[in-house]
Amino acid sequence: MPLLTVRDLSVHFHTRNGLVKAVDGISFDVEAGKTLAIIGESGSGKSVVCYSMLGLVPMPPGRFEGGSAMLGDRDLLTMKESELRKVRGKGISIIFQDPMTSLNPYMKIGDQMIEPLQLHFGMGKKEAWKKATETLAEVGIKNPEERMNAWPFEFSGGMRQRVVIAMALITEPEIIIADEPTTALDVTVQAQILKLLKELQQRRNIGVIFISHDLSVVADIADHICVMQNGAFVEQGSRDDIFKRASHPYTQKLLSAVPDTHKTQAHPDAEQPLVRVENLCTWFGGGKKTEPVKAVDNVSFDIRRGEIVGLVGESGSGKSTTGRSILRLLKPTSGSIQFDGKELAHLDMRQMKPLRRRMQMIFQDPYASLNPRMTVYDTLAEPLLLHRVVTRKELDTRVFELMDSVGLARQAVLRYPHEFSGGQRQRIAIGRAIATHPEFIVADEPVSALDVTIQAQILDLLLDLVDRFNLTMLFVSHDLAVVRYLSDRILVMKDGQLVEEGNAADVFDRPEQAYTRELLASIPGKSLLEQRASQL
Amino acid sequence: MSTVSASIQEQMPKGVSLWDDAWTRLKKNKLAMFGLGFLLFVGVICLLTPWIAPYGYEAQNLRLGASPPSAEHWLGTDTFGRDMLTRIMYGGRVSLMVGFIATAVALVIGVTYGAVAGYAGGKVDAVMMRLVDIMYALPFMIFIILLMVVFGRNLLLLFLAIGAVEWLTMARIVRGQVQSLRQMEYVEAAISIGQAPSRIIAKHLLPNVLGPVIVYTTLTIPSVMLLEAFLSFLGLGIQPPQSSWGLLISYGVETMEEYPWLLIFPGLALTLTLFALNFLGDGLRDALDPKASRD
Repeated sequence: MPLLTVRDLSVHFHTRNGLVKAVDGISFDVEAGKTLAIIGESGSGKSVVCYSMLGLVPMPPGRFEGGSAMLGDRDLLTMKESELRKVRGKGISIIFQDPMTSLNPYMKIGDQMIEPLQLHFGMGKKEAWKKATETLAEVGIKNPEERMNAWPFEFSGGMRQRVVIAMALITEPEIIIADEPTTALDVTVQAQILKLLKELQQRRNIGVIFISHDLSVVADIADHICVMQNGAFVEQGSRDDIFKRASHPYTQKLLSAVPDTHKTQAHPDAEQPLVRVENLCTWFGGGKKTEPVKAVDNVSFDIRRGEIVGLVGESGSGKSTTGRSILRLLKPTSGSIQFDGKELAHLDMRQMKPLRRRMQMIFQDPYASLNPRMTVYDTLAEPLLLHRVVTRKELDTRVFELMDSVGLARQAVLRYPHEFSGGQRQRIAIGRAIATHPEFIVADEPVSALDVTIQAQILDLLLDLVDRFNLTMLFVSHDLAVVRYLSDRILVMKDGQLVEEGNAADVFDRPEQAYTRELLASIPGKSLLEQRASQL
Repeated sequence: MSTVSASIQEQMPKGVSLWDDAWTRLKKNKLAMFGLGFLLFVGVICLLTPWIAPYGYEAQNLRLGASPPSAEHWLGTDTFGRDMLTRIMYGGRVSLMVGFIATAVALVIGVTYGAVAGYAGGKVDAVMMRLVDIMYALPFMIFIILLMVVFGRNLLLLFLAIGAVEWLTMARIVRGQVQSLRQMEYVEAAISIGQAPSRIIAKHLLPNVLGPVIVYTTLTIPSVMLLEAFLSFLGLGIQPPQSSWGLLISYGVETMEEYPWLLIFPGLALTLTLFALNFLGDGLRDALDPKASRD
């Protein structure tokens, strides 16, 4: 018998702009020792499913429009708040997305962990403390006795997520809801956390609901997969059903959005490189007594004309700092940066201006990289006018051409950023970057803030533009699958240093360094890729 | 400051700017709209006062003395037999003018200073903000009294003196906002296309700090008006026979027991205007706050 049986669950929101059917008649079962994955893009309603059952969705504006969610023989949807509170404490636990915000920064780990034990089980402090220490050990925290007295900020992101998982486990729940538990983490840490979840689930025979936007993340751990779009399940089935026999076009689209490699190798000109970085160091801070943070430490590499070079590393590895130093958005501490034979490292901002026309940047977060008070027109016209690329007369035509190249409707020319979706905003930002016909572009994680299907579109747009305008690109990313998709050559960074460099195929198939192998091993959804490879 | 050509303006559908959005929200706030309406009403009356006032503001009628409201003098007369309605209308001109001009002075100095400090950062910022801290520490009443003593009392000086005190908070607000906006990627994007710092401040930073600035402005005006009333009450502000609401109230207090209308009417004028400004300020804060839900 399933632990949780959900039938025809519907949650509607009554907002100023009319009715939103966030969840519309979905049914599923959660069984002990099994993982149910709910996959969908942001806004598909996947989180609302779980949060509404636990009374964590504000009502109104939300409202249940029928259905049931039986936990044992009791219906969660008709429970009183006081009963729900007990369920939340004991029966069902939640692991939230961001371990940085789901722990109280002003409470020691131990005090936070024993709180639910004292609350829901009436345990004494000593007993609760002992149990919490055991649980910390179980999730792989070393020296748990000592760490119980540590503050949240003393843990790294991955370690915090382990603590959050321990907190979810400590009340011995029957069901755990994991809401994108690895999205905020680096890829190697993500692999460890996924493994941990799987182990714990089997050891304790817990039912897991795993919410994610990324099919490849759940490929290795899910038993049953539900694909959600616009509040409804468009398809559900066992893992094999979904991966091998997906019938719904949306599922197929999601599957094909998992990028593999099909960039054809470019044939860069053999002549002198467009960008040459030698012994680049960019350090921050540091004084008489304190050591500086060596964000980039003695890094050298070349980028040839027409190449796409992938720069890979975990957060904090210095990859973004490298990109920003090359564009001279940061001042390097020492070393040399040559662009088309010209030394940049010592130029001041004014001397840089004529060169800025030739080198541009695409930023990570399209919600932060566009001025909210400027229309598309103004955003695209700014670089054109600044560098006198066109005359006033030609300006309109050129803006429209740009919009065409990045796939934006001309009708939208007077709209403001907040009227666009994330993918469209990124298109505007790309349009701004290519406005002055630059030769070199640094793309800093340009798709990591986007949904997977949108990611694929933006990546294809970038490839298309590289071909059309003969661009050279440094593509900075933590996502190896994405880098593999479009890079000719790959640089791997760790702790501010370059640890491996080589052609994309070589690095992926025959990594030389242990660190690179570790990175590669953590790419989620390998089973999926292997399976697809075997089908070809 | 848009560069859009006329043909595009005409042909293409208009986007909804954040200002349009805020205006829509403000329009739904009845209290704020009432405040705005009332202020416009008071503003128009004060503007037109020289032409529509029933009497001259110095015109005395000593025979009449202080008389209660009547058909000829709607709000009564003061001890010199001057028409109260006229005096309040003329007083309003001064009070509103002090309120708006002193605030404008504070606005210009404060926004420029704060934006430069916030954008420059580092040592420049530290020095500029310590200067603000020092100014804060000066007891401003003594500062104003000193100014009045040295330069004599005149209206322009009053504006400057009050403005010079009120810009400090504005500078702090703007500096904090600019500092956090500086981290935004769109500012970095502007740097990466080679835009000059002055243009980055003007084009990318200031429009985005305007929201909090507008809100704070509407809340500064009443405090400036109160300050003027307070100074006039102490005898440091406007000199008779000119009048301001603060001055009228100060006279009203002296004769409160015999002639209460001399206190009630100017008091009412000041209070209602301050209420209206505060309602409008609250409404603007709700309308411009980006965190307000956009469901």
